[in-house]
Amino acid sequence: MSTVPALELDDVSISYGSVPAVRNLSLAVGKGEIVGLIGPNGAGKSTTLHTITALARLRSGDIRLHGSSIVGKKPEAIARAGIALVPEGRRIFAELTVEDNLRLGVIGRDGRAGVEEDRRWVEELFPVVKEFATRHAGVLSGGQQQQLAIARALVAGPSVLLLDEPSLGLAPTIVDVVFDALLKIRERGVTVLLVEQRAQRTVALADRTYVLTNGELRMTLTPADADDTERIIAAYLAS
Amino acid sequence: MIHVQNIIDAIGLGAVFALIAVGIGLVFGVLRLINFAYGQLIMLAAYALAFTDSWPDAASVLAAVLVAVAASLVMERIAFRPLRTADPSTMLVATFALAYLLENAALVQYTYRQHGIIGDPIGTLAQLNQAVTIGSLHVRWVSILAIGTGAVSLAALALLLNRTSIGLQMRAASMDFRTARLLGVRADTVIMASVAVAGVLAAVAAVVLSIGSASVTPTTGLYETLFVLVGVVAGGIDRLLSATLGGFAIGFAISIVGAELPSSGETPFTSNLYMPSVIYLAVIVALLLRPAGLFARGGPGSVERV
Repeated sequence: MSTVPALELDDVSISYGSVPAVRNLSLAVGKGEIVGLIGPNGAGKSTTLHTITALARLRSGDIRLHGSSIVGKKPEAIARAGIALVPEGRRIFAELTVEDNLRLGVIGRDGRAGVEEDRRWVEELFPVVKEFATRHAGVLSGGQQQQLAIARALVAGPSVLLLDEPSLGLAPTIVDVVFDALLKIRERGVTVLLVEQRAQRTVALADRTYVLTNGELRMTLTPADADDTERIIAAYLAS
Repeated sequence: MIHVQNIIDAIGLGAVFALIAVGIGLVFGVLRLINFAYGQLIMLAAYALAFTDSWPDAASVLAAVLVAVAASLVMERIAFRPLRTADPSTMLVATFALAYLLENAALVQYTYRQHGIIGDPIGTLAQLNQAVTIGSLHVRWVSILAIGTGAVSLAALALLLNRTSIGLQMRAASMDFRTARLLGVRADTVIMASVAVAGVLAAVAAVVLSIGSASVTPTTGLYETLFVLVGVVAGGIDRLLSATLGGFAIGFAISIVGAELPSSGETPFTSNLYMPSVIYLAVIVALLLRPAGLFARGGPGSVERV
């Protein structure tokens, strides 16, 4: 890759106390790419996302956004630098309205420039957030909440979007909505790092999918591997 | 008519306690910290009133607000912020330490001032201790002021929380601080805003309490805050509204029990000497029946027990 990647993890190691969670992980996500990160439970996928967003502490290595290190920054500073996370379990503010959830999404933006435009685009992508704007987010269905969580991340106008198992617990039709939205998000130039359990769909969708087991990068898969179930299973069992 | 007067006085004290409860609840919301040193913010604001006693009332009140806000922000900066990631019990003990430090600092200054009596007079707004007569009803202005400032302060706070960006951020932070930060909510800004508002409320409480007591001592605000803490926990500390109602309820109860029961009596529970026993008994019963708090919304499972 000749140009600077949007997001780059360089020899990243993370541990919880003395227990290593991620070991010497290096990966790069180019601008406008969708990169998948799959692997069994406990492989370190969520930990990796938490470390990028400074919710977990890096033990060694470097994380760079458009070439500059973001290590040591606070979570809010990383959000303001242009990385948005759609957390596992959605983490919407159930007691606030859908509108207030979206207003919070805009908090990290520098000025008003582009806010209206992004807002309109997000409402086109997920019409439910406009339809139910005045409702409390907690009364939405799981699928609607997930759409709100992604919409909330997108109104921040991020350059990099991280998603932590966005399809978890969703009905198949909603999973389609989410995966289709990811393609449109890429079309808009947003770089996507997708952590998923749905291995095959992720491999098919992403430009590249990394397989993480036991905190180590085992394999890189491309969409050509999507139908090679055996190879995906083998990658999971490689530990 | 004496009962109506007692009820109005009780609402007045309830309003002051509600303000203290909000001050404690706001900080708890963003820091998950019960600030035992909140009473000492009230004490500092009251000393500001005493030391500016010769100033015009408005200037004196402004000084009290500035002192309480500054003290609250300093407290956050030097004690709460370095301990933010520490164990909750560490932070709790730190607020105890602060409380005793400030109380004893207030005590020690009398030695340096060679002031024979512990306590300073406060004349600010003393005219409000007079009663207004409505028909056969005699109500002290300070009770009316307490109810009025309580209502206005709570309404202003509701506007701040519901209509402004920083208010939205404060609400989000008290619900899920981690997620709020992921959206770009600045932890320090939100905490400082909450702590500053808590300081303003401490000053307002100090002004109203000082009119009634007409003096300040190192323990000013201490007992009020202890009672409010009990009320806040009994009401439900998780929510600002339930905490406020808890504070109001305990203030109301203390005032009404104190006024309605005779000041002496042989039989237990027939005089207001037993007031703390009565109040704490009610709190025990309330917590046994509703462990999450009297005014908490949650149903079963809102409090986990082993």
